[in-house]
Amino acid sequence: MSSSVPQIQAIERAQMRDLAPYRVGDTVRVHFRIREGEKERIQVFEGVVIRKTGGGLRSTFTVRKVSYGVGVERIFPCHSPRIEKVEIVHRGHVRRARLYYLRERFGKAARIRVTQKSITDELKNQ
Amino acid sequence: MNQNSGLIGTKLGNTQIFTDDGEVVRVTAIQAGPCVVVGKRTPEKHGYSAVQIGFGKAREKNVSKPEAGFYKKAGVEAPRVVREFRLPEEEVAKLEVGQTLSPADIFTEGQFVDVTGVTKGRGFTGVMKRHNFAGAATKTHGTHEYKRHGGSIGQNMTPGRTFKGMGMPGHYGNERVTVQNLRVVKVLAEENVVLVEGAVPGPRNGVVTVRGAVKKTKKAG
Repeated sequence: MSSSVPQIQAIERAQMRDLAPYRVGDTVRVHFRIREGEKERIQVFEGVVIRKTGGGLRSTFTVRKVSYGVGVERIFPCHSPRIEKVEIVHRGHVRRARLYYLRERFGKAARIRVTQKSITDELKNQ
Repeated sequence: MNQNSGLIGTKLGNTQIFTDDGEVVRVTAIQAGPCVVVGKRTPEKHGYSAVQIGFGKAREKNVSKPEAGFYKKAGVEAPRVVREFRLPEEEVAKLEVGQTLSPADIFTEGQFVDVTGVTKGRGFTGVMKRHNFAGAATKTHGTHEYKRHGGSIGQNMTPGRTFKGMGMPGHYGNERVTVQNLRVVKVLAEENVVLVEGAVPGPRNGVVTVRGAVKKTKKAG
């Protein structure tokens, strides 16, 4: 929840970012800045958004992918300045807010139905 | 003795800040000021040197006549809170009665500060909350109705008494506490808000004083 104190709201609002309107179930590509010593590079993490938590500045989202047969989940702060951008690859049709059931499934069983609408409308706008 | 000047403020609440590296820093926002110098104490007259600082505005009915006279003489509006800061004479001499102090003048980013406040009152509290006792881990072996008790408070005939300082239930909170060495993350000059890393005693809108740290006087590297 965001704060009810005006001064704190101002501090938080100043830091909020307007990234892509991804939803739970969407497949996204998160471009995340990584610092290695002096150099900085961008790493792309592509997977399914399985959870969104918190509100306001404090909110985070979790992206899950299967890499070389191993499930990998990463939690990103929604408003982190380290996120270069979030691309929505395609929308997914899901019926719950937390997709924890994907953890027990692999391969074909872990598929999420892609909404036809997403392919037509949303991606055109991008 | 803390020889750093400070300010009075109210705790606004907690939030977080992203650094340039994208790291999250948990901060407490303190509305520190604007404060007014309402009086000075000098060794000649009072036997010690200090500065009296006021914060906020008092309601008229809360200002007694002698107090009102004091503030009238100083030429300042009656403040809601007044605190005295012991300072070396030279420091006190630099300040004028009636002068306004704001956080931007006193605090710099990266500096360490000590924050004093009155903690939230918790009333009569058991040992688990008050002294971090573990309580009884089990309800088996015939034990019952003993989950949050403190257990034994001593030995037998020797020493034949309970040691002083033994943790027992009692009143907890509502006491003056100073948290030392908190880093100043940001000073918002216009709003007179200081963002300090970590937690600060007291409830929201509670009065706190912020002073330069006694122990950690160097800036964070």
